Amino acid sequence: MSVDEKMVRRIANLARIGVTDDELPALAKELSAILGFVEQLSEVDTDGVKPLTSAVENKIRGREDVVSDGGYAQDVLANAPEKDDEYFSVPKVVE
Amino acid sequence: MSDNQNLIAGATGDWEIVLGLEVHAQIASNAKLFSGASTEFGAEPNSQVSLVDAAMPGMLPVINWFCVEQAVRTGLGLKAQVNNYSVFDRKNYFYPDLPQGYQISQFQQPIVGEGAIEIDLEDGAVKEIGIERLHLEQDAGKSLHDQHPDMSFVDLNRSGVALMEIVSHPDMRSAAEAQAYVKKLRAILRYLGTCDGNMEQGSLRADVNVSVRRPGDALGTRCEIKNVNSIRFIGQAIEYEARRQIDLIEDGGTVEQQTRLFDPKTGQTRAMRSKEEAHDYRYFPDPDLLPLTFSQEFVDDIAKHLPELPDDKKARFVNDYGLTPYDAGVLVGEAENAAFFEAAAAGRDAKAVANMVIGSVFAGLNKSDLAIADSPVSADQVGQLVDLIADDTVSGRTAKEVFELMFEAGPDQGKDPATIIEEKGLKQVTDSGAIEAAVDEVIAANPDKVAQAKERPKMAGWFVGQVMQATGGKANPQAVNTLVMQKLGLD
Amino acid sequence: MNELTEFTLAEARDGLAKKQFSAVELTQAHIDRIAKSSALNAYVLETPEKALEMAAASDAKINAGEARPLEGLPIGVKDLFCTKGVRTTACSNILGDFIPPYESTVTQNLWDDGAVMLGKLNNDEFAMGSSNETSRFGPVVNPWKANGTELVPGGSSGGSSAAVAARLGIAATATDTGGSIRQPAAFTGTVGLKPTYGRCSRWGIVAFASSLDQAGPITHTVRDAAMMLQSMASFDKRDTTSVERAVPDYEAALTGDIKGLRVGIPAEYRVDNMPAEIEALWQQGIDWLKAAGAEIVDVSLPHTKYALPAYYIIAPAEASSNLARYDGVRYGARKNGTDIDDMYAQTRAAGFGDEVKRRVMIGTYALSAGYYDAYYVKALQVRRLIAEDFTKAYEKCDVLLTPTTPSAAFPIGKNIEDPLEMYLNDVFTVTVNLAGLPGISVPAGVDGDGLPLGLQLIGQAFGEETLLRSAAVLEEAAGFDAQPQDWWSA
Repeated sequence: MSVDEKMVRRIANLARIGVTDDELPALAKELSAILGFVEQLSEVDTDGVKPLTSAVENKIRGREDVVSDGGYAQDVLANAPEKDDEYFSVPKVVE
Repeated sequence: MSDNQNLIAGATGDWEIVLGLEVHAQIASNAKLFSGASTEFGAEPNSQVSLVDAAMPGMLPVINWFCVEQAVRTGLGLKAQVNNYSVFDRKNYFYPDLPQGYQISQFQQPIVGEGAIEIDLEDGAVKEIGIERLHLEQDAGKSLHDQHPDMSFVDLNRSGVALMEIVSHPDMRSAAEAQAYVKKLRAILRYLGTCDGNMEQGSLRADVNVSVRRPGDALGTRCEIKNVNSIRFIGQAIEYEARRQIDLIEDGGTVEQQTRLFDPKTGQTRAMRSKEEAHDYRYFPDPDLLPLTFSQEFVDDIAKHLPELPDDKKARFVNDYGLTPYDAGVLVGEAENAAFFEAAAAGRDAKAVANMVIGSVFAGLNKSDLAIADSPVSADQVGQLVDLIADDTVSGRTAKEVFELMFEAGPDQGKDPATIIEEKGLKQVTDSGAIEAAVDEVIAANPDKVAQAKERPKMAGWFVGQVMQATGGKANPQAVNTLVMQKLGLD
Repeated sequence: MNELTEFTLAEARDGLAKKQFSAVELTQAHIDRIAKSSALNAYVLETPEKALEMAAASDAKINAGEARPLEGLPIGVKDLFCTKGVRTTACSNILGDFIPPYESTVTQNLWDDGAVMLGKLNNDEFAMGSSNETSRFGPVVNPWKANGTELVPGGSSGGSSAAVAARLGIAATATDTGGSIRQPAAFTGTVGLKPTYGRCSRWGIVAFASSLDQAGPITHTVRDAAMMLQSMASFDKRDTTSVERAVPDYEAALTGDIKGLRVGIPAEYRVDNMPAEIEALWQQGIDWLKAAGAEIVDVSLPHTKYALPAYYIIAPAEASSNLARYDGVRYGARKNGTDIDDMYAQTRAAGFGDEVKRRVMIGTYALSAGYYDAYYVKALQVRRLIAEDFTKAYEKCDVLLTPTTPSAAFPIGKNIEDPLEMYLNDVFTVTVNLAGLPGISVPAGVDGDGLPLGLQLIGQAFGEETLLRSAAVLEEAAGFDAQPQDWWSA
């Protein structure tokens, strides 16, 4: 399966990774090669096979409804590239 | 199938509105869905944020089992299919108030399936609105866009709070039906205690899907109006949007599928900034979690402990207390109101109690913007006053006066009715001798009117009024009436 | 050559207990050696002050007779583990100078057992790679050299394997998603253990592929690996995928006895163009185990060849979602943009290296509308078949023996331009992650250039005791004692 430059743009946009026009051809080639490699999976007969998401037998565990976390805004904001007092700040979002 | 009464007239003919609602209800829990941070409203920004909520590197979700219970409880309250096996999926998109870059939600296999609720229409009829599903998901944080010209600010306190997304079938055909649906859903949630339904604080919000069509046609293209947070706005938004779509089509245009926002200040909806590829969320099962499974015992145990729900309570009020469906409907709107009524009605005339509760108590609470829990008049006192009318201690009219004194701010607020009647000498005069004397006096003083009354029997009312005045309003009106008619020879 | 840097964990533990030297002396010796070894680029952050503090505390414990299992033993930590107050970057520019306010469960377990942290070790960016050439801090150089060429130490845990091999730490923590512990161990003549999925907590480890990642140790010996796993493994309530199962005494399992052990030899691991040396070593391994009393069984894992393609859909898909949080909003490096989406695009374009970008994009594609069923679901179905292959094989055997890698360490720069060529390094290891099983690489011999080669043993789920016992016997039989010649000291 090969991807063209238009598809690469679309994927890059979905993934929010900026890609310049110059980078498109090489990326298209590399991604196409990888997708070509994984294509061989279509040879496998998987009729009626249930997808395996969890490698090991395990049952979901939950926790009690108690407040046991939070309350450390300092730590949460400590690594923020930009902040305003108690908020994270980002370039303006227009809805 | 269309309800003719719900059709909207356009320039070129009638139109039908088709509405479906996706309601997001914040689960009433202490901690968040996948983190132990608090869910309380109104805290300092970012003070209720755990490392998991902040999506720090290496952080992992662990489910709050109480939230699962609440979702099951809600599903049962919606008479819906509860799924003992469901899956958490990641819904991937980028937004500053979504720290992980994905929302943990449920896509193909939600915890609750098909259900229904009944809504009460204005004419007293009942309509069933289908529910397609209910699923669990994380809420996002909050962004503030209007504090600064170039920057937006992000508060993650709400990020990760547990939500139930309740999706209806597109069964509603008018703004009124949509409002009734939200009202009923809210009541059910509050009865169950699974969501506090506080729309102002955002614990309950609705995404309204609106489309229009000619009666009998296939469904039109729908627009989604996001995050409408009051019942009033839901009505306004629907009215505006339906009209917008109708006008657009009649002018030769086509409705584009859009996400829109309702602006309460202008009463209009507007399109959100279009996001390319906005709908490719790349859902896949969250590999940090396992499928959500629980036993049938777990579900049955919750079912056993469900409170009486609004519909059942309403039916019981009609059956056991003989109330009209309308009155019963009003009383069961809030569980606390219904409880108040039942406490007051115990062992007495339920209809009389209902009238006083609806007519006087609720009216007073609405006017003073109070909740029933803060009512200056207790259920017991309502009961006492109803008894005092029943045994003719006071007339109905005087009772209203007494109620006001009990309710309004003032020296008599909160006093027992008997006390007020005593202190103010409001006892009804029932002594027939005294009443007869008063009637005789008025008749004697107005011979010309007596003559007129013989021609026009309605004049008896004037005499009754005079007697009431003469007795300071305290005479039993029925007794006065009977005697006046007798003495005038009109009976 | 300082003797204090020549010990295994077990030997150092013994020496400390006998008061032959102090923990501070032991740690200082390693600090000094690290200071002279920057040519290897194994450490991306050295923490000598902290290390000496911890060592001093260990001495106090030892003197009070309260020595904990790893008291005073100096180790390195892969920069994928969040260490409280100590910069953690996953060797990516996008994390900038991120300082976590929290410690990963695995490393906390180690500190609670008295281990000493020498510093953070280099790795492939976000653990994506097989050569440690994609790190923001530059490549790691293998202490082993052949023909004067600089070689890769394997990846993604190249810093960990190089550090242990060059004695810049007695052991190191590492992670393995497709082979990132075992392959670098094989390339550097060290032991690398990947436990069963869910054995060690993933809390606080920068996530690459959630259903495949697992922490494990790189050490000199199998006994040392058992000691490290003993400490690293735990049930963690904060990790839903952590398995609630008691941690057994792994060292006690090293009885040296494998009589009657059934060792499976999977036919499909004999790949086309398999180098003769690797083939020979594998046969050698079979003979050693047989001589020790094991029963050799031929088994089949029919879907082996589909493991790599399945892995290169599943891992990138999960990674594409796990790496979405690196957006410059709450931590790490930000590149400003004209609006929020532009900020994201610039930040991630500048912050991610080429291999990370490729994998995120492949993953995004595989999950996107229209491709999800054909790629992601398909890969998960094949994954189930691969897991079932192992289950069936384990009806006939207890462990499996295979080569770890299809070659010895290769020169830096050789494969970096060809992603697919690079991916083929994982052909023997990736099946194990897909099935969630434990695997260990044991140094077994050298190739014609004198470079180390490893053999891999694969166990059953939570069968680390049998696995370690078998590995110790293999290690004993192989008697690997080659050392890299020090060319790197300043």
